[in-house]
Amino acid sequence: MAIKNKKFSRRSPFAAALVLLAGLIVSGGSYVAASAAVSNTAPKSEVDQAQIDTGKRIFLANCASCHGKNAEGTNNAPSLIGVGSASVDFQVGTGRMPMQASGPQAQVKPVQFKQDDIDALAAYVASLAPGPESPTAEYLARKGDATKGGELFRINCAMCHNAVGAGGALTEGKYAPSLRGTSAKNIYQAMVTGPQNMPVFSNTNLSPEAKTDIITYLQYVQENPSIGGDELGNLGPVVEGLWVWLGMLGLIIVITIWLGAKSN
Amino acid sequence: MAKNQKDLAVVESAPEHDYLAGLAVIAPDKISDPGIEPHRVRMTDKSVKHEKAAARQVAVLFLVSIIGSAFAIWAYYAFPFEAEVAGSLRVNTIFLGLGITLGLLGIGIGAVHWAKTLMPDAEVAEDRHLTRGSEEVRAAAVEIIRLADEESGFSRRKLIRRTLYGALALFPIPAIVLFSDLGPNPKDSLRHTMWGKGKLRLTRDPDGTAIKAADVQIGSVFHVIPEGLVDLEAPDLLNEKAKAAVLLVRLDPSEITQKQRDWGYDGIVAYSKICTHVGCPVALYEQHTHHLLCPCHQSTFDLANDCAVIFGPASRPLPQLKIEVDAEGYLVAPGDFEEPVGPSFWERKA
Repeated sequence: MAIKNKKFSRRSPFAAALVLLAGLIVSGGSYVAASAAVSNTAPKSEVDQAQIDTGKRIFLANCASCHGKNAEGTNNAPSLIGVGSASVDFQVGTGRMPMQASGPQAQVKPVQFKQDDIDALAAYVASLAPGPESPTAEYLARKGDATKGGELFRINCAMCHNAVGAGGALTEGKYAPSLRGTSAKNIYQAMVTGPQNMPVFSNTNLSPEAKTDIITYLQYVQENPSIGGDELGNLGPVVEGLWVWLGMLGLIIVITIWLGAKSN
Repeated sequence: MAKNQKDLAVVESAPEHDYLAGLAVIAPDKISDPGIEPHRVRMTDKSVKHEKAAARQVAVLFLVSIIGSAFAIWAYYAFPFEAEVAGSLRVNTIFLGLGITLGLLGIGIGAVHWAKTLMPDAEVAEDRHLTRGSEEVRAAAVEIIRLADEESGFSRRKLIRRTLYGALALFPIPAIVLFSDLGPNPKDSLRHTMWGKGKLRLTRDPDGTAIKAADVQIGSVFHVIPEGLVDLEAPDLLNEKAKAAVLLVRLDPSEITQKQRDWGYDGIVAYSKICTHVGCPVALYEQHTHHLLCPCHQSTFDLANDCAVIFGPASRPLPQLKIEVDAEGYLVAPGDFEEPVGPSFWERKA
């Protein structure tokens, strides 16, 4: 391109159009690639074989040492046959996989792969056996019924994740993470795949519409201002009790000391 | 009255260090009484300027109290609580509370400051006195009781005495009978749940849609209520749900016990969700460890081993609900739990 030409400098009226065009191509292209990987409504033969091959190479280099060369699982890690693309996108896309260290459960950390590589990895794992797929955009639009979602959340999720999704402890170092700031896609993927020790909430249990309702509810409670003042992490009576004991009791002790002190 | 004052005078004239009544053993190396520490003169005693400043401070504190109380009254009307505006309650209570707090704290802190800076601060030692009365007082008390018994004839008139005992003994009984009105007699309702109607389908909570065996995958968990529960009205709806709530999971049939295989269907097992400790809903299910955790007191049940208690205060496994599949493929419970669900109660045998 004639970048050196002064007529095509950054200030040229054509430059904005060019940047816009380039942006559209990149975002559109990655959307096409992403939707090819996630919307498995298409028959398998139509899925990009090159992407699967790329995914296999990434898998062999990064995952096979624990999950086995054919994703069949080892003593260290479960089989990935049939876990589906949604599971890969969730585990790798949130940084939980590859695991940093063995422990009660995989921790969230900075994502280790580019989205293209994650999509390729997901396509490869999905090609091994059919499994849960990532949701299409219509179920993530957060246009569900927040009231219904709240009821479903309290019945199915709140015992572990807390009534407003603030998270909570499980047994032996495991925990249900906070859902604040979790993307709609990740929440949906977690429900269909059941990561770590979370049970699976397949579409025969909670319909895709019910999942949308739950996502809408979680969005609602996050955006809704706290009427009762500071939320203190929404963790309930333990945190509030700690505040009262340390803060208020400290104040009472200070007053008591003043009461007993002599005036100078 | 005059007699009382005379008795008091007798007590005060008792010898000062008479330890006869006490049992205390006083060690010979006891720390000697250090006495009163030397008196320290306050700034308010030394300078008129400080004294006036302290008086002003006390007045200001009382003024703060006056302003606080007036503010509380103003705030009550200025920030009314409106039922439709959720945040109005917070604003109302916070300003009302702030005003009342200042009103009370101003008086309290002012009074203490007044006492500490301006009132006399001479140290005074007060001696302890024996609590035991003198022999004369004790003898007088015994004489009063003897005289009362003699004049009333309490010891002499056996008939009156015994009937009075009887009357006093029976008097509290009606109150105990009234206690039975505190709640309905549960009769045998604690032993049965709605599943006892028989052949009820397992349905999803809260929709009441029936569940097919094919809907339940390994690793998934269903929160189940009996068919027809959603049609009940309050308070029956909650009363029945509190007993009949069930957790449905599917496990690998090779991982579970023979009883679980017999009472379940192809690895699908249903358990009461009501903790056997104090009745919280046990629903924290870990799909890989098969542990079921109660959120209230951390009782942990092993779903792969008849829901045996592996941790926590629960004393019994969760009762299993026998399930089968009907002609249309839906999960049904042929009957009730074989034992009462939930926590122990008085009449429960085991």
